[in-house]
Amino acid sequence: MQRVKEAKNSSKNLVVSVSPHLRGKMTTMRIMWETILSLSPAVIVGIYIFGVAALSVILTVTISAILTEALIQKSCRKKVTINDGSAALTGILLSLTLPPGVPLWLAGVGGVIAISLGKQVFGGLGKNPFNPALVGRAVLLISFPEQMTTWRKPAPGIFNIDAVSTATPLGILKEEGASIAEVEVSLLDAFLGNISGSIGEVSAIALIAGATFLLIRGHISAEIPISFVATVMLFTIPFWLHNPENYASPVFHLLTGGLLLGAFFMATDMVTTPLLRKGKLIFGIGCGLLTALIRLFGGIPEGVLFSILIMNGTTPLIDRYTRPRYGRKK
Amino acid sequence: MKGFFGFPGGVHFPQRKEATRNKRIESAHLPQQVVIPLSQHVGAPAEPLVSTGSQVKTGEVIGRATANISAPVHSSISGEVIKIKAFPHPSGLNNISSIVIKSDGKDEWVSEVKASGQKPNNLTSEKIKEIIKEAGIVGLGGAQFPTHVKLSPPKNIDIYILNGAECEPYLTCDERLMVENPKGVVEGFQLLMKAANVKRGYIGIEDDKLEAIRAIKEEIKELLNLELRVIKAKYPQGGERQLIKTLLGKDVPSGGLPFEIGVLVSNVGTAFAVWEAVERRKPLIERVITVTGSGIMEPKNLRVRIGTLICNLIDENCGGYRGKPGKIITGGPMMGMAQWTSETPVIKGTSGILVQTTEEISSGEYLDCIRCGKCTAVCPMSPYQLMPNMIFALVQMEQFAETEDYGLLDCIECGACAYTCPARIPLVQSIKYAKSERSKE
Repeated sequence: MQRVKEAKNSSKNLVVSVSPHLRGKMTTMRIMWETILSLSPAVIVGIYIFGVAALSVILTVTISAILTEALIQKSCRKKVTINDGSAALTGILLSLTLPPGVPLWLAGVGGVIAISLGKQVFGGLGKNPFNPALVGRAVLLISFPEQMTTWRKPAPGIFNIDAVSTATPLGILKEEGASIAEVEVSLLDAFLGNISGSIGEVSAIALIAGATFLLIRGHISAEIPISFVATVMLFTIPFWLHNPENYASPVFHLLTGGLLLGAFFMATDMVTTPLLRKGKLIFGIGCGLLTALIRLFGGIPEGVLFSILIMNGTTPLIDRYTRPRYGRKK
Repeated sequence: MKGFFGFPGGVHFPQRKEATRNKRIESAHLPQQVVIPLSQHVGAPAEPLVSTGSQVKTGEVIGRATANISAPVHSSISGEVIKIKAFPHPSGLNNISSIVIKSDGKDEWVSEVKASGQKPNNLTSEKIKEIIKEAGIVGLGGAQFPTHVKLSPPKNIDIYILNGAECEPYLTCDERLMVENPKGVVEGFQLLMKAANVKRGYIGIEDDKLEAIRAIKEEIKELLNLELRVIKAKYPQGGERQLIKTLLGKDVPSGGLPFEIGVLVSNVGTAFAVWEAVERRKPLIERVITVTGSGIMEPKNLRVRIGTLICNLIDENCGGYRGKPGKIITGGPMMGMAQWTSETPVIKGTSGILVQTTEEISSGEYLDCIRCGKCTAVCPMSPYQLMPNMIFALVQMEQFAETEDYGLLDCIECGACAYTCPARIPLVQSIKYAKSERSKE
């Protein structure tokens, strides 16, 4: 009986909780930091192509985003959660959508807007209806159109500071048609990243490498990016076949502009996109259609940004109508 | 190998069965005292047949079944009834009346027990059911549904499935039973099939239990009505609906039971108990459980008398605790119950006792949902996987009725979603809460 007493005493203060009593290894923090890791090829190529200018933009936006998150959480007396990596991720994603030569004050403003208007105003991580990085970019694009559409010629080599301004491939396409755009921009350059554009969108191969990592790790699912990209390509085929002078080939559309960056890293944001497979396909197809429509017939050369934002807005509806009809049949 | 259909979702995780996988089943020391709850089954509690001061023998009926869905309870030791009162129960309830028996140390059995039982071949289906009912056998996998009730479904049954999946991490009691006693398990299964008039039987075992697969294969090689199906080790493969989906490709209707599609499922431990009841005339007074976890000195598979208190069991058989116990769980880590005291008894549905040290226990803190969708992706329900994160969000807003639109009532509480959730959200807790709120209406 003595031994029984011992056992009783040593089992005081037992923890009682509902099952399961085991937890997996994956955490929100790890998902965020691994997603940041997946962007490193695009970041490295961006810095290599556009030099110190790109590096300083990336750093400015990221630091601005993290500080904004900390300040807002502090002032609302909430727990400061900058360690979870989500603010840093938003900052890096936003910086990758900016032209390499934007003034640094503008980059800083972008970080503030992305976190404050894009995320914290809704209650923070997980609550925002729109992709915060894209909200930041949209506000910048509309507020500072001149700075946001001044692009640099690619100049590989980090310390190359002779900035020559130029138009993006999609800009040339919009202004002068496919026959000229496809001569001026080689598809191989677009694949590798030796073209003008925003910091993170130029190199297809760097983006594909990062996306592959995310797919293998299960942090993104293939439905949205594949349906997004496929829709853009399929939609552009008939126009290209009918009038190749004016309309660019599907491969040109795939490799230039922000399609890959948007499809694999923005349209896959868990918070702002549908939960179920069917909903994801609808979302991806919607993004693809809107992007193609804007690129072919819109007043601006690129449509990835607004197509994702518009589809973000439809996410609750898509979720509602793709929900299975659970039921207890008798 | 027709490991074909499979259920959606599911998780793969470290099985952590190494500590006891290769350890022979030992008989636990005879306890000095047992606490036998009158309710160890789904249905009406048993009614005591003894009173304080009664002398009882091992195997004697001390509580009789009071309704059709009920089961008798038997004394698991010989000695004197010292109390009949409410006692802490592993289900977490404290108001379940229990019979406390002090051992006389002799373990004297009632006379008819241990006499050689009847030869199964001569038994009719009705007779087998009667023996099962008298032996107090319930589902030993944890559901504790009275077996004799299950064997009389209102519909014809085509297929009987023996569940040897044992998909919960840590637990190895079913595996050891199959390895050490394949004859008892298989003959018990055949008795179950005979009782339910079923012609075809499948035995489902997860592919990581190599020794058990070998033993069962050897045992059934001349039996034409049985088929061994080796299935992928994936949690919750041993869930009734999931096992049926894997083996037969069929969905049990929402809110329904397997018999509605002509299938019955029983656990390996149940089959063995049936065999002991028929062959040896032995009522369900002991069962094999796995006592394990990093908070246990010597993890073991033990044959334990029903009613043995967890603290006594661990102290007298497993060398006590290693470090300070943080959580004591009856059952496996995915679906087991955390105990608030170590003075709860082992009951018929207890498949294991898992002790976690304080360091192992997660804090219970969680972050906001980032809608990653992994909870739905791992949900094993078919045809539709449930949406636990939506249920959680609705529960937080106290919109309990709406949770049913996201599958609340179909949830089997396997815990795959909560295990996987990167934000550590207590999804199963919210589902249990919603279910209890819904049942109030």
